[in-house]
Amino acid sequence: MKPSYYQSSDLKKFKNISDWSPDLGKKFFDYYNSVFEEGALSAREKSLIALAVAHTVQCPYCIDAYTQDGLERGVDKEEMMEALHVAGAIRGGASLVHGVQMMDVYEKRSM
Amino acid sequence: MATKSLKGRVHQLAESTRQLDFLKNGIFAPGGLLPTFEEKIKQSQSLPLRPKTLEILQMNLGYMCNQVCAHCHVDAGPDRKEMMSRKTLEKCLQILEKSPVSTLDLTGGAPEMHPDFRWFVAEASKIGVADFIVRSNLTILRANKKYYDLPDFFKAHRIHVVSSLPFYKKEKTDRQRGEGVFSQSVKALQMLNKVGYGMPGSGLQLDLVYNPSGAFLPANQQALENDFKKALKQDFDIDFNQLFTITNLPISRFLEYLIASENYEEYMQRLVDAFNPEAIANVMCTNTLSISWDGFLYDCDFNQMLDLKVASPVQHLDDFDLDQLQNREICISQHCYGCTAGAGSSCQGAVV
Repeated sequence: MKPSYYQSSDLKKFKNISDWSPDLGKKFFDYYNSVFEEGALSAREKSLIALAVAHTVQCPYCIDAYTQDGLERGVDKEEMMEALHVAGAIRGGASLVHGVQMMDVYEKRSM
Repeated sequence: MATKSLKGRVHQLAESTRQLDFLKNGIFAPGGLLPTFEEKIKQSQSLPLRPKTLEILQMNLGYMCNQVCAHCHVDAGPDRKEMMSRKTLEKCLQILEKSPVSTLDLTGGAPEMHPDFRWFVAEASKIGVADFIVRSNLTILRANKKYYDLPDFFKAHRIHVVSSLPFYKKEKTDRQRGEGVFSQSVKALQMLNKVGYGMPGSGLQLDLVYNPSGAFLPANQQALENDFKKALKQDFDIDFNQLFTITNLPISRFLEYLIASENYEEYMQRLVDAFNPEAIANVMCTNTLSISWDGFLYDCDFNQMLDLKVASPVQHLDDFDLDQLQNREICISQHCYGCTAGAGSSCQGAVV
Protein backbone atom coordinates (compact mmCIF):
# COMPACT_ATOMS: atom_id res chain seq x y z
CA MET A 1 0.00 0.00 0.00
CA LYS A 2 0.99 3.59 -0.55
CA PRO A 3 2.09 5.46 2.58
CA SER A 4 -0.90 7.78 2.29
CA TYR A 5 -4.39 7.60 0.77
CA TYR A 6 -3.54 10.79 -1.16
CA GLN A 7 -0.48 11.04 -3.49
CA SER A 8 0.16 14.37 -5.22
CA SER A 9 1.52 12.45 -8.20
CA ASP A 10 -1.95 10.89 -8.65
CA LEU A 11 -3.34 14.21 -9.90
CA LYS A 12 -1.54 13.64 -13.20
CA LYS A 13 -3.27 10.27 -13.47
CA PHE A 14 -6.76 11.75 -13.28
CA LYS A 15 -7.32 11.03 -16.98
CA ASN A 16 -6.69 7.33 -16.28
CA ILE A 17 -10.23 7.00 -14.89
CA SER A 18 -11.23 6.71 -18.56
CA ASP A 19 -9.27 3.47 -18.90
CA TRP A 20 -11.97 1.36 -17.29
CA SER A 21 -14.88 3.26 -18.78
CA PRO A 22 -13.79 5.12 -21.94
CA ASP A 23 -17.23 6.36 -23.01
CA LEU A 24 -18.22 7.78 -19.65
CA GLY A 25 -14.69 9.10 -19.13
CA LYS A 26 -14.79 10.95 -22.45
CA LYS A 27 -18.22 12.38 -21.68
CA PHE A 28 -17.06 13.55 -18.28
CA PHE A 29 -13.87 15.26 -19.54
CA ASP A 30 -15.65 16.86 -22.50
CA TYR A 31 -18.21 18.24 -20.08
CA TYR A 32 -15.50 19.30 -17.61
CA ASN A 33 -13.54 21.17 -20.28
CA SER A 34 -16.69 22.87 -21.60
CA VAL A 35 -17.66 24.02 -18.12
CA PHE A 36 -14.40 25.95 -17.71
CA GLU A 37 -14.47 27.73 -21.06
CA GLU A 38 -15.12 31.47 -21.25
CA GLY A 39 -18.85 32.07 -21.08
CA ALA A 40 -21.21 34.37 -19.22
CA LEU A 41 -18.59 33.97 -16.49
CA SER A 42 -14.92 34.42 -17.37
CA ALA A 43 -12.55 31.45 -17.08
CA ARG A 44 -10.86 33.43 -14.29
CA GLU A 45 -14.10 33.73 -12.31
CA LYS A 46 -14.78 30.03 -12.81
CA SER A 47 -11.31 29.22 -11.53
CA LEU A 48 -12.04 31.10 -8.31
CA ILE A 49 -15.39 29.31 -7.90
CA ALA A 50 -13.57 26.00 -8.43
CA LEU A 51 -11.04 26.94 -5.76
CA ALA A 52 -13.77 27.71 -3.25
CA VAL A 53 -15.65 24.49 -4.05
CA ALA A 54 -12.39 22.53 -3.84
CA HIS A 55 -12.07 23.64 -0.23
CA THR A 56 -15.70 22.89 0.50
CA VAL A 57 -15.38 19.32 -0.76
CA GLN A 58 -11.88 19.21 0.76
CA CYS A 59 -10.27 17.73 -2.34
CA PRO A 60 -6.47 18.10 -2.07
CA TYR A 61 -6.02 17.45 -5.79
CA CYS A 62 -8.47 20.22 -6.67
CA ILE A 63 -6.91 22.63 -4.16
CA ASP A 64 -3.48 22.03 -5.72
CA ALA A 65 -4.81 22.32 -9.27
CA TYR A 66 -6.90 25.45 -8.78
CA THR A 67 -4.33 27.31 -6.68
CA GLN A 68 -1.88 26.84 -9.54
CA ASP A 69 -4.54 27.66 -12.10
CA GLY A 70 -5.33 30.86 -10.21
CA LEU A 71 -1.66 31.84 -10.07
CA GLU A 72 -1.40 31.39 -13.82
CA ARG A 73 -4.50 33.49 -14.38
CA GLY A 74 -3.11 36.33 -12.28
CA VAL A 75 -5.40 35.76 -9.30
CA ASP A 76 -3.75 37.21 -6.20
CA LYS A 77 -3.78 35.87 -2.67
CA GLU A 78 -6.38 38.36 -1.43
CA GLU A 79 -8.82 37.18 -4.10
CA MET A 80 -8.10 33.53 -3.33
CA MET A 81 -8.64 34.01 0.39
CA GLU A 82 -11.88 35.96 -0.18
CA ALA A 83 -13.15 33.08 -2.32
CA LEU A 84 -12.34 30.69 0.54
CA HIS A 85 -14.25 32.83 2.99
CA VAL A 86 -17.26 32.63 0.71
CA ALA A 87 -16.94 28.84 0.93
CA GLY A 88 -16.42 29.08 4.68
CA ALA A 89 -19.40 31.39 5.14
CA ILE A 90 -21.72 29.09 3.18
CA ARG A 91 -20.38 26.04 4.93
CA GLY A 92 -20.67 27.66 8.36
CA GLY A 93 -24.02 29.14 7.44
CA ALA A 94 -25.28 25.74 6.37
CA SER A 95 -24.60 24.47 9.89
CA LEU A 96 -25.96 27.51 11.65
CA VAL A 97 -29.16 27.75 9.63
CA HIS A 98 -30.04 24.31 10.98
CA GLY A 99 -30.09 26.05 14.33
CA VAL A 100 -33.59 27.12 13.40
CA GLN A 101 -34.60 23.46 13.40
CA MET A 102 -32.87 22.98 16.73
CA MET A 103 -34.67 25.98 18.16
CA ASP A 104 -38.05 24.76 16.84
CA VAL A 105 -37.60 21.29 18.37
CA TYR A 106 -36.36 22.80 21.63
CA GLU A 107 -39.35 25.14 21.90
CA LYS A 108 -41.84 22.46 20.88
CA ARG A 109 -40.65 20.02 23.51
CA SER A 110 -40.27 22.56 26.25
CA MET A 111 -42.95 23.85 28.63
CA MET B 1 15.92 38.91 -2.04
CA ALA B 2 19.53 39.02 -3.26
CA THR B 3 21.07 42.45 -3.80
CA LYS B 4 23.89 41.20 -6.00
CA SER B 5 24.08 39.19 -9.20
CA LEU B 6 25.05 35.51 -9.14
CA LYS B 7 28.42 36.64 -10.47
CA GLY B 8 28.77 39.19 -7.68
CA ARG B 9 27.98 36.48 -5.14
CA VAL B 10 30.44 34.08 -6.81
CA HIS B 11 27.55 31.61 -7.05
CA GLN B 12 28.27 28.39 -8.96
CA LEU B 13 25.33 29.10 -11.31
CA ALA B 14 27.12 32.26 -12.48
CA GLU B 15 29.03 29.86 -14.74
CA SER B 16 27.00 29.01 -17.84
CA THR B 17 28.68 25.59 -18.05
CA ARG B 18 27.27 24.75 -14.60
CA GLN B 19 23.78 25.72 -15.74
CA LEU B 20 24.07 23.64 -18.91
CA ASP B 21 25.36 20.67 -16.93
CA PHE B 22 22.43 20.97 -14.56
CA LEU B 23 19.95 21.08 -17.47
CA LYS B 24 21.53 18.05 -19.13
CA ASN B 25 21.62 15.83 -16.08
CA GLY B 26 19.21 14.76 -13.35
CA ILE B 27 15.70 14.39 -14.76
CA PHE B 28 17.04 14.88 -18.31
CA ALA B 29 19.92 12.36 -18.08
CA PRO B 30 19.71 9.38 -20.47
CA GLY B 31 16.92 7.13 -19.20
CA GLY B 32 15.73 9.93 -16.91
CA LEU B 33 12.24 11.05 -16.03
CA LEU B 34 11.80 13.54 -18.87
CA PRO B 35 12.73 13.66 -22.58
CA THR B 36 15.35 16.17 -23.64
CA PHE B 37 14.21 19.03 -25.85
CA GLU B 38 16.05 17.46 -28.76
CA GLU B 39 14.16 14.19 -28.29
CA LYS B 40 10.88 16.03 -27.97
CA ILE B 41 11.19 18.09 -31.15
CA LYS B 42 12.47 15.08 -33.04
CA GLN B 43 9.03 13.54 -32.41
CA SER B 44 7.39 16.55 -34.09
CA GLN B 45 9.80 16.43 -37.06
CA SER B 46 11.23 19.83 -36.19
CA LEU B 47 14.84 18.73 -35.92
CA PRO B 48 17.16 20.29 -36.89
CA LEU B 49 15.78 23.68 -36.01
CA ARG B 50 16.89 26.18 -38.64
CA PRO B 51 16.51 29.94 -39.07
CA LYS B 52 13.95 31.50 -41.37
CA THR B 53 14.31 35.04 -42.74
CA LEU B 54 16.12 37.32 -40.31
CA GLU B 55 13.67 39.94 -39.04
CA ILE B 56 14.93 40.99 -35.61
CA LEU B 57 18.37 42.13 -34.53
CA GLN B 58 18.48 42.13 -30.75
CA MET B 59 21.44 43.94 -29.22
CA ASN B 60 22.33 43.44 -25.58
CA LEU B 61 24.16 46.66 -24.68
CA GLY B 62 25.41 45.28 -21.37
CA TYR B 63 24.47 43.57 -18.17
CA MET B 64 24.44 46.61 -15.88
CA CYS B 65 21.04 47.31 -14.35
CA ASN B 66 19.67 49.39 -11.48
CA GLN B 67 17.55 46.39 -10.38
CA VAL B 68 18.36 42.87 -9.21
CA CYS B 69 15.21 40.98 -10.16
CA ALA B 70 14.79 37.50 -8.70
CA HIS B 71 13.95 35.93 -12.08
CA CYS B 72 16.52 37.72 -14.27
CA HIS B 73 17.86 35.45 -17.01
CA VAL B 74 20.69 37.90 -17.69
CA ASP B 75 21.94 37.92 -14.10
CA ALA B 76 21.98 41.68 -14.46
CA GLY B 77 22.57 44.13 -11.63
CA PRO B 78 24.44 47.22 -10.51
CA ASP B 79 27.57 45.11 -10.01
CA ARG B 80 27.73 43.96 -13.65
CA LYS B 81 30.17 46.06 -15.65
CA GLU B 82 30.05 44.36 -19.07
CA MET B 83 29.20 46.99 -21.68
CA MET B 84 29.26 47.19 -25.47
CA SER B 85 32.17 49.28 -26.78
CA ARG B 86 31.73 52.24 -29.13
CA LYS B 87 33.57 50.24 -31.78
CA THR B 88 31.08 47.37 -31.50
CA LEU B 89 28.15 49.78 -31.55
CA GLU B 90 29.54 51.29 -34.77
CA LYS B 91 29.91 47.83 -36.24
CA CYS B 92 26.26 47.13 -35.41
CA LEU B 93 25.25 50.29 -37.27
CA GLN B 94 27.20 49.16 -40.35
CA ILE B 95 25.46 45.78 -40.28
CA LEU B 96 22.08 47.36 -39.72
CA GLU B 97 22.54 49.56 -42.81
CA LYS B 98 23.18 46.54 -45.02
CA SER B 99 20.80 43.98 -43.48
CA PRO B 100 17.11 43.46 -44.21
CA VAL B 101 15.97 43.46 -40.57
CA SER B 102 12.66 45.13 -39.82
CA THR B 103 13.12 45.27 -36.04
CA LEU B 104 15.99 46.56 -33.95
CA ASP B 105 15.61 45.54 -30.32
CA LEU B 106 17.84 47.07 -27.61
CA THR B 107 18.02 45.25 -24.34
CA GLY B 108 20.31 44.77 -21.32
CA GLY B 109 20.57 45.11 -18.28
CA ALA B 110 19.10 48.55 -18.47
CA PRO B 111 20.19 49.75 -21.93
CA GLU B 112 19.57 53.37 -20.93
CA MET B 113 22.53 53.15 -18.52
CA HIS B 114 24.97 52.67 -21.38
CA PRO B 115 26.97 55.91 -21.76
CA ASP B 116 26.56 55.83 -25.56
CA PHE B 117 22.86 54.91 -25.47
CA ARG B 118 21.52 58.24 -26.72
CA TRP B 119 24.18 58.57 -29.39
CA PHE B 120 23.46 55.07 -30.64
CA VAL B 121 19.67 55.54 -30.67
CA ALA B 122 20.05 58.78 -32.63
CA GLU B 123 22.36 57.13 -35.19
CA ALA B 124 20.33 53.94 -35.52
CA SER B 125 17.06 55.80 -35.93
CA LYS B 126 18.56 57.60 -38.98
CA ILE B 127 18.84 54.20 -40.68
CA GLY B 128 15.09 53.82 -40.45
CA VAL B 129 14.16 50.32 -39.28
CA ALA B 130 10.40 49.83 -39.23
CA ASP B 131 10.26 48.93 -35.55
CA PHE B 132 12.90 50.29 -33.13
CA ILE B 133 12.39 48.75 -29.68
CA VAL B 134 13.98 49.76 -26.39
CA ARG B 135 13.34 47.38 -23.51
CA SER B 136 13.03 49.54 -20.43
CA ASN B 137 12.67 48.31 -16.88
CA LEU B 138 10.69 51.54 -16.14
CA THR B 139 12.36 52.33 -12.81
CA ILE B 140 15.44 53.60 -14.66
CA LEU B 141 13.29 56.55 -15.82
CA ARG B 142 12.95 57.49 -12.14
CA ALA B 143 16.39 56.43 -10.92
CA ASN B 144 18.20 59.70 -11.49
CA LYS B 145 17.38 63.18 -12.79
CA LYS B 146 19.55 62.55 -15.83
CA TYR B 147 16.97 59.99 -17.01
CA TYR B 148 13.85 62.08 -16.41
CA ASP B 149 13.76 63.34 -20.00
CA LEU B 150 13.96 59.85 -21.52
CA PRO B 151 10.23 59.75 -22.43
CA ASP B 152 10.76 62.88 -24.58
CA PHE B 153 13.93 61.38 -26.04
CA PHE B 154 12.09 58.16 -26.92
CA LYS B 155 9.30 60.19 -28.50
CA ALA B 156 11.73 62.26 -30.56
CA HIS B 157 13.13 59.07 -32.10
CA ARG B 158 9.77 57.27 -32.39
CA ILE B 159 11.03 54.45 -30.16
CA HIS B 160 8.73 51.54 -29.42
CA VAL B 161 8.97 51.16 -25.64
CA VAL B 162 8.59 47.65 -24.21
CA SER B 163 8.51 47.66 -20.42
CA SER B 164 8.53 44.99 -17.76
CA LEU B 165 5.66 44.93 -15.30
CA PRO B 166 5.00 41.48 -13.85
CA PHE B 167 1.70 42.44 -12.26
CA TYR B 168 -0.73 45.31 -11.82
CA LYS B 169 -0.41 45.21 -8.05
CA LYS B 170 2.41 46.01 -5.68
CA GLU B 171 2.97 42.74 -3.84
CA LYS B 172 3.75 40.42 -6.74
CA THR B 173 5.76 43.06 -8.59
CA ASP B 174 7.94 43.96 -5.62
CA ARG B 175 8.54 40.32 -4.68
CA GLN B 176 9.96 39.66 -8.12
CA ARG B 177 11.68 42.95 -8.88
CA GLY B 178 12.49 44.54 -5.50
CA GLU B 179 10.87 46.70 -2.86
CA GLY B 180 9.46 49.94 -4.24
CA VAL B 181 9.68 48.87 -7.89
CA PHE B 182 5.91 48.88 -8.41
CA SER B 183 5.33 52.46 -7.26
CA GLN B 184 8.28 53.73 -9.33
CA SER B 185 7.07 51.75 -12.35
CA VAL B 186 3.64 53.34 -12.04
CA LYS B 187 5.19 56.81 -11.97
CA ALA B 188 7.35 55.96 -14.99
CA LEU B 189 4.32 54.71 -16.93
CA GLN B 190 2.50 57.94 -16.09
CA MET B 191 5.52 59.90 -17.41
CA LEU B 192 5.38 57.89 -20.66
CA ASN B 193 1.61 58.42 -20.96
CA LYS B 194 2.10 62.14 -20.41
CA VAL B 195 4.20 62.51 -23.56
CA GLY B 196 1.73 60.35 -25.50
CA TYR B 197 3.06 56.80 -25.13
CA GLY B 198 0.27 54.23 -25.07
CA MET B 199 -2.34 56.88 -25.79
CA PRO B 200 -4.88 56.25 -28.55
CA GLY B 201 -3.94 57.87 -31.85
CA SER B 202 -0.46 58.97 -30.75
CA GLY B 203 1.38 56.33 -32.76
CA LEU B 204 3.72 55.98 -29.78
CA GLN B 205 3.73 52.30 -28.88
CA LEU B 206 4.01 51.31 -25.22
CA ASP B 207 3.82 47.58 -24.54
CA LEU B 208 4.17 45.78 -21.24
CA VAL B 209 5.84 42.47 -20.50
CA TYR B 210 4.34 40.05 -18.00
CA ASN B 211 6.54 37.39 -16.39
CA PRO B 212 4.93 34.99 -13.93
CA SER B 213 6.10 35.84 -10.42
CA GLY B 214 6.88 32.26 -9.47
CA ALA B 215 7.09 28.67 -10.69
CA PHE B 216 4.06 28.69 -12.96
CA LEU B 217 3.21 29.44 -16.58
CA PRO B 218 1.53 32.57 -17.90
CA ALA B 219 -2.19 32.47 -18.64
CA ASN B 220 -3.83 33.46 -21.90
CA GLN B 221 -2.17 36.66 -23.13
CA GLN B 222 -5.41 38.38 -24.17
CA ALA B 223 -7.16 37.61 -20.87
CA LEU B 224 -4.22 38.97 -18.87
CA GLU B 225 -4.01 42.06 -21.10
CA ASN B 226 -7.68 42.77 -20.36
CA ASP B 227 -7.06 42.43 -16.61
CA PHE B 228 -3.97 44.66 -16.75
CA LYS B 229 -5.76 47.33 -18.80
CA LYS B 230 -8.76 47.42 -16.50
CA ALA B 231 -6.72 47.54 -13.28
CA LEU B 232 -4.06 50.02 -14.41
CA LYS B 233 -6.69 52.38 -15.82
CA GLN B 234 -8.91 52.15 -12.77
CA ASP B 235 -6.18 52.43 -10.13
CA PHE B 236 -3.61 54.71 -11.79
CA ASP B 237 -5.17 56.11 -15.00
CA ILE B 238 -2.48 54.35 -17.04
CA ASP B 239 -2.89 53.40 -20.71
CA PHE B 240 -0.76 51.02 -22.72
CA ASN B 241 -1.03 49.17 -26.02
CA GLN B 242 -0.29 45.45 -25.73
CA LEU B 243 0.72 42.99 -23.06
CA PHE B 244 3.31 40.35 -23.92
CA THR B 245 3.35 37.23 -21.77
CA ILE B 246 6.81 35.67 -21.41
CA THR B 247 7.48 32.34 -19.75
CA ASN B 248 10.39 32.27 -17.32
CA LEU B 249 13.14 30.06 -18.68
CA PRO B 250 15.06 27.83 -16.26
CA ILE B 251 18.39 29.61 -16.46
CA SER B 252 20.44 31.99 -14.35
CA ARG B 253 18.62 33.55 -11.38
CA PHE B 254 15.28 31.89 -12.18
CA LEU B 255 17.09 28.55 -12.17
CA GLU B 256 18.61 29.51 -8.83
CA TYR B 257 15.11 30.25 -7.51
CA LEU B 258 13.69 26.98 -8.88
CA ILE B 259 16.40 24.93 -7.22
CA ALA B 260 16.34 26.80 -3.90
CA SER B 261 12.54 26.58 -3.64
CA GLU B 262 12.54 22.89 -4.67
CA ASN B 263 10.33 23.71 -7.66
CA TYR B 264 12.79 22.72 -10.40
CA GLU B 265 11.54 19.21 -11.22
CA GLU B 266 7.84 20.08 -11.10
CA TYR B 267 8.40 23.23 -13.17
CA MET B 268 10.31 21.32 -15.84
CA GLN B 269 7.63 18.63 -15.84
CA ARG B 270 5.04 21.37 -16.34
CA LEU B 271 6.99 22.83 -19.28
CA VAL B 272 7.40 19.40 -20.89
CA ASP B 273 3.71 18.52 -20.39
CA ALA B 274 2.72 21.86 -21.94
CA PHE B 275 4.98 21.36 -25.01
CA ASN B 276 3.09 22.67 -28.01
CA PRO B 277 4.32 21.50 -31.44
CA GLU B 278 2.63 24.54 -33.01
CA ALA B 279 4.83 26.87 -30.99
CA ILE B 280 8.03 25.36 -32.35
CA ALA B 281 7.21 26.74 -35.81
CA ASN B 282 7.25 30.30 -34.48
CA VAL B 283 9.98 30.36 -31.85
CA MET B 284 11.89 33.62 -31.91
CA CYS B 285 15.30 32.05 -32.54
CA THR B 286 14.13 31.34 -36.10
CA ASN B 287 13.87 35.03 -37.02
CA THR B 288 16.22 36.70 -34.53
CA LEU B 289 19.93 37.24 -34.04
CA SER B 290 21.17 38.24 -30.63
CA ILE B 291 24.38 40.25 -30.24
CA SER B 292 26.24 40.34 -26.94
CA TRP B 293 28.12 43.31 -25.46
CA ASP B 294 31.39 41.85 -26.76
CA GLY B 295 30.12 41.34 -30.31
CA PHE B 296 29.40 37.60 -30.34
CA LEU B 297 26.34 36.21 -32.08
CA TYR B 298 23.64 33.99 -30.58
CA ASP B 299 20.30 32.49 -31.62
CA CYS B 300 18.54 34.36 -28.80
CA ASP B 301 19.21 36.32 -25.61
CA PHE B 302 18.80 33.14 -23.53
CA ASN B 303 21.45 31.28 -25.52
CA GLN B 304 23.65 34.34 -25.05
CA MET B 305 23.39 33.97 -21.28
CA LEU B 306 24.29 30.28 -21.57
CA ASP B 307 27.18 31.21 -23.86
CA LEU B 308 25.79 28.99 -26.63
CA LYS B 309 27.22 30.88 -29.59
CA VAL B 310 25.69 30.36 -33.03
CA ALA B 311 26.70 27.04 -34.59
CA SER B 312 28.35 28.70 -37.56
CA PRO B 313 31.86 29.53 -38.79
CA VAL B 314 30.65 33.11 -38.26
CA GLN B 315 30.39 33.73 -34.55
CA HIS B 316 31.37 37.37 -34.21
CA LEU B 317 30.30 40.70 -35.68
CA ASP B 318 33.79 41.17 -37.15
CA ASP B 319 33.11 38.26 -39.54
CA PHE B 320 29.40 38.98 -40.08
CA ASP B 321 28.04 37.16 -43.13
CA LEU B 322 24.28 36.77 -43.16
CA ASP B 323 24.20 34.10 -45.88
CA GLN B 324 26.53 31.88 -43.89
CA LEU B 325 24.63 32.51 -40.68
CA GLN B 326 21.35 31.52 -42.28
CA ASN B 327 22.75 28.04 -42.95
CA ARG B 328 23.26 27.25 -39.29
CA GLU B 329 21.41 24.92 -36.98
CA ILE B 330 19.94 26.58 -33.91
CA CYS B 331 21.53 25.55 -30.61
CA ILE B 332 19.05 23.97 -28.21
CA SER B 333 18.93 22.64 -24.70
CA GLN B 334 16.27 21.99 -22.08
CA HIS B 335 15.71 25.72 -21.41
CA CYS B 336 14.05 25.84 -24.87
CA TYR B 337 11.01 24.12 -23.38
CA GLY B 338 10.15 27.56 -21.95
CA CYS B 339 9.53 28.95 -25.45
CA THR B 340 7.32 26.05 -26.59
CA ALA B 341 5.04 25.62 -23.57
CA GLY B 342 1.36 26.42 -23.99
CA ALA B 343 0.87 29.37 -26.31
CA GLY B 344 4.65 29.65 -26.66
CA SER B 345 6.84 32.49 -25.53
CA SER B 346 9.16 35.03 -27.11
CA CYS B 347 10.38 38.58 -26.57
CA GLN B 348 7.24 39.52 -28.55
CA GLY B 349 5.01 37.47 -26.25
CA ALA B 350 2.95 34.38 -27.08
CA VAL B 351 3.63 32.87 -30.51
CA VAL B 352 0.51 30.71 -31.08
